Amino acid sequence: MSTDSQQNAHHSPALEFKSSTFSVPVLVLASNDAITIEQQLQEKIHLAPEFFKNSPLVFDLQELNKNDLDIDVTELINIIRKLGLLPIGIRGGAAQQNQQALELGIPIHSGHSTAVSSGTQKQQTPEPEATPKPQVVAATTTLITHPVRSGQRIYASGDLIILAQVSAGAEILAEGNIHVYGSLRGRALAGVQGNTEARIFCSDLQAELISIAGNYKISEDLNSAVFTKPVQIYLQNHTLVIKDI
Amino acid sequence: MARIIVVTSGKGGVGKTTTSAAIAMGLAKKGHKTAVIDFDVGLRNLDLIMGCERRVVYDFVNVINGEASLNQALIRDKNCNLLYILPASQTRDKDALSQEGVGKILDELKKDFKYIVCDSPAGIEKGAHLAMYFADDAFIVTNPEVSSVRDSDRMLGILSSKSRRAEQNEEPIREYLLLSRYSPDRVKLGEMLSVDDVQEILSLHLLGVIPESKSVLNASNSGTPVILDEKSDAGQAYADIVARYLGEDRPHRFIDEKKGLFGKLFGSK
Repeated sequence: MSTDSQQNAHHSPALEFKSSTFSVPVLVLASNDAITIEQQLQEKIHLAPEFFKNSPLVFDLQELNKNDLDIDVTELINIIRKLGLLPIGIRGGAAQQNQQALELGIPIHSGHSTAVSSGTQKQQTPEPEATPKPQVVAATTTLITHPVRSGQRIYASGDLIILAQVSAGAEILAEGNIHVYGSLRGRALAGVQGNTEARIFCSDLQAELISIAGNYKISEDLNSAVFTKPVQIYLQNHTLVIKDI
Repeated sequence: MARIIVVTSGKGGVGKTTTSAAIAMGLAKKGHKTAVIDFDVGLRNLDLIMGCERRVVYDFVNVINGEASLNQALIRDKNCNLLYILPASQTRDKDALSQEGVGKILDELKKDFKYIVCDSPAGIEKGAHLAMYFADDAFIVTNPEVSSVRDSDRMLGILSSKSRRAEQNEEPIREYLLLSRYSPDRVKLGEMLSVDDVQEILSLHLLGVIPESKSVLNASNSGTPVILDEKSDAGQAYADIVARYLGEDRPHRFIDEKKGLFGKLFGSK
């Protein structure tokens, strides 16, 4: 038996290496106070719990080290894990911090920070204790806190998070994912540039139309079992799947 | 500081002009110097509801065009000397209004008046746009039926994106919901949306419910704002609305079915 399988393995390779690029949120720290970090991270997660649930995360210590603020990497990793995020990398850490991370199985990434996050961080660094805002959400995420009324149209080039209702006759479009934490009564179109991986998450589905990468369903096609329910919508074999969450 | 109130709805026939007249009269009766402007150029109605149609000499468009001064065009109300009416022109259309002209008149009125009530025309075109553009507060008049609610929602979107306050990134317009022509009996029969239904769709602060009432028609026909008919339910509803707007805490009425004599006598809820 065992010899058989070994021979098979020689004929067709069981694995191969491929290169792939992923978009991962980077947590840029401006304070080394563990309690503040935990509190503010918790607040951010609260804004979009589904978005952050089990999300991979790279944490960036470049700003801290620039300001000679030391941080206990082990403690930081514990906080991140405790809040339901999965740390997958450290960036901009000092030698000893990198070593600590490696020991906990966290890979080291080279210390280039994006221009956007370091730019916004700059303005906040003079008083890190007063306004340390960890930049967790990717820069392309659009956050809307007011109701989207009938006739209004919102376009986001990345992800779109709406904390209020979307009225009937309103239209929300995103190149990435869409999250709606009020009632979704209008039209929601995710992955409008063809991203078939995009998803729609909503807490109360009453939409007139939902679409992902051009595959759509109208209100009439919605099953009554999912209507007014919290659901996620994604694409599987060119078909929209609506699943409760 | 003067406040500009726009009474608007999107849909026609829901009671904007009735509301404008009643609210303006209510504010004036409470001792605030108030002006009410008819923005419905070409379909002038406010003067009829206010009973001053036979005293119109100059109108809104005349003032914008510099053909008359504001003081010449303003008509003092016959019931309350703190209330003034600026009638619309019947012979022109809404293109006669310009943003600059309207802004100038409102600025001038603000010096002298505490409240300026703008009676918006139906629709979302120029007249309605100019009526709401300079507003500080918006009274959204809605009937308990789906098309009216949808139009109100559309209007709320315009208020939050196309008004002066929105364009200049100032504190947004304060929006209030007025549910008019409400009939609890028909709500119970399922023929009408309930207060809760409408609030769920619009998620808006409810300033008051005005019951369907024949006193409204009587008041319009006789040219006296319904709020002066203190015995009528609609008149009382508007009085409540004005009081709530001015910060008084009054319980909502007219939401439940009419009570028998016994219930009325004891005023139980």
